[in-house]
Amino acid sequence: MWNYTDKVMEHFLNPKNVGEVKDPDGEATVGNISCGDALKLSFKLDDEGRIADAKFKTFGCGSAIASSSILTEMIKGMTIEDATKLTNQDIVDELGGLPDAKIHCSVMGMEALQAAIANFHGEEYEEPDETDHMGRIVCHCFGVTDAKIRKLAKENELKTLEDITHYCKAGGACGRCHEEIKEILDGIWKADTLDKSDNGKNEKVETPMTFTQKVIKVQTVIDSDIRPMLEQDGGSIEFVDLKDNTVVVRLKGRCAMCPSSGVTLRNTVESKLKEFVAPELTVEEVK
Amino acid sequence: MYLREGSEMEKKVIYVDNNATTAIDPEVFKAMKPFLTDFYGNPSSIHRFGGQVAEHIENARAQVASLLGADPEEITFTSCGTESDSAAIYSALNNCPTRKKVVISKVEHPAVLNLGKHLRQMGYIVTEIPVDKKGRIDLEVVNEIIDTDTAIVSIMWANNETGNIYPVEKIAEIAKKKGAIFHTDAVQAAGKIPINLKKTKIDMLSLSGHKLHAPKGIGILYLKRGVRFKPFMIGGHQESGRRAGTENVASIIAFGKACEIAGKYMDYENREVKELRDYLEQELISRIPKCRVNGDIENRVPNTTNIAFDYIEGESILLLLDRAGIAGSSGSACTTGSLEPSHVLRAMGVPYTSAHGSLRLSLSRFNTKDEMDYIIKSLVPIIKKLREISPYWEENK
Repeated sequence: MWNYTDKVMEHFLNPKNVGEVKDPDGEATVGNISCGDALKLSFKLDDEGRIADAKFKTFGCGSAIASSSILTEMIKGMTIEDATKLTNQDIVDELGGLPDAKIHCSVMGMEALQAAIANFHGEEYEEPDETDHMGRIVCHCFGVTDAKIRKLAKENELKTLEDITHYCKAGGACGRCHEEIKEILDGIWKADTLDKSDNGKNEKVETPMTFTQKVIKVQTVIDSDIRPMLEQDGGSIEFVDLKDNTVVVRLKGRCAMCPSSGVTLRNTVESKLKEFVAPELTVEEVK
Repeated sequence: MYLREGSEMEKKVIYVDNNATTAIDPEVFKAMKPFLTDFYGNPSSIHRFGGQVAEHIENARAQVASLLGADPEEITFTSCGTESDSAAIYSALNNCPTRKKVVISKVEHPAVLNLGKHLRQMGYIVTEIPVDKKGRIDLEVVNEIIDTDTAIVSIMWANNETGNIYPVEKIAEIAKKKGAIFHTDAVQAAGKIPINLKKTKIDMLSLSGHKLHAPKGIGILYLKRGVRFKPFMIGGHQESGRRAGTENVASIIAFGKACEIAGKYMDYENREVKELRDYLEQELISRIPKCRVNGDIENRVPNTTNIAFDYIEGESILLLLDRAGIAGSSGSACTTGSLEPSHVLRAMGVPYTSAHGSLRLSLSRFNTKDEMDYIIKSLVPIIKKLREISPYWEENK
């Protein structure tokens, strides 16, 4: 049971401005159905350049609908310049607060507004994706990029993984990106203090791995990261040999019989080894 | 809140969330009450004031055993279903240290699923059997996965979200052939479908009181005669040394009574409750476009329906149902505080478009036809209203 304020419930039960503005000056949709929430926002300006009408359509939970509804009320009468300054915290405040785990609903409101304003300016609002200059996807479950995590962290002084999850959902599902998010946060907040203390003397000097070190590392990654993943689906893996940069493995259990074992080999085994041992590694299977 | 006497709150609430918990049956409450007031003695005491309580516990044990087709000595009282699950799985692993594998399914209750994750961290191999689109398990896959390194197989009898019934008797036979212990979490099956353990090869089984009209905080673990057991709770000699800790007497008495009543209502459950469920489901599906039933329709417990409504989100449905005085449940992400929709629906490959908008309604013998009509009358406009707000509805209409 969520502890929603009366204001949230009021806007959820009787949402204002549902629909789409005819011939809008700006419109945008953010979010998507697999994430569990999405918001389509459209607005029209009057002769003086103020937002005369704004409407929304939202797929989402109670607080997502309430955030969208109150957003349309808030921006009516605003100039584009004022609207650009509106933050997710303004939405939260206007609603009299949101539960921590629902802050992302207000962030969605802010993003929809920014995207609709970009549309008004004739700019294309791009949904960040893997190849985008906006950044690299860190959280694959919700499609959140490192750029977005950095931006949110800096703007809202978010210092923990939990904060990040509450604001943009990143890290809220499978958990595989937890370490990476923590590293991003460390990069932002610890860099500050490090820079001040020892002028970057701590910089790591990368020395190339010896062959023995590489073998040990491959074995460790297979034992602690790769095998447990395969075992979840009834398979297993054995490390056979390392020839130059070719890791020779044997797939066992269900993996051995699986017609898509080639995919497993490349996507799971090879990508993990590249990530955690050395990027030049390739994988070969022996039966 | 126990409100079966017709308090204001209860009059307002139509309760169709019986897979989450159930109302205490008035007869059950009547049976347990004296053990909260007059008969407070410790059943382990030498004096008659305490000693007489022990007889009532044995009576309750026989009542539980009778519902399961088991012998009373095979029943051990615990604090809940989760404790029984943990006790069963740890016991099997401790008794067979040479076997390092645990086999469960992808749709287990968190009591088993998260224990599996924990065991994996401790170095055990934990394999999750996949399910198909209807949430069914393929016995050939089971046969392939269970091997001679498997210490225990734990598969639920019925699923809490879809109501799907699993072929645990057959899986138990496969497990026995490979020398593994077979445990089943039957929390959602007991009282809803007939169980006769004498005829099966099931070694261990967990039940929870509050899912069949007894109070929360009481469970049992069935241990087939001859199955070795290492206790989970260590301490006194209670429960023949299988579960230490002073007995939760009043709740044990309640559990016994609840099982006795459940046995009497077994036919009713499979006839009347099933009819109500089917009526509700059929009416909703015929009146609401773009929705479908999740799970194995032919093979479900009689009280559960899980319906996916496309393009809307479950928490919104529940909040509006709540305003209408209806208590249900959803596999949506937002209702649980997690951000992903139900692991059961995802394991079944239910598309995100409908997994977020899934609604579980689970009935009991206390529900009526009038209530079903009220739910139908309320839910149709709720779905319509939310779809009108949804940006996906227009484009997909």
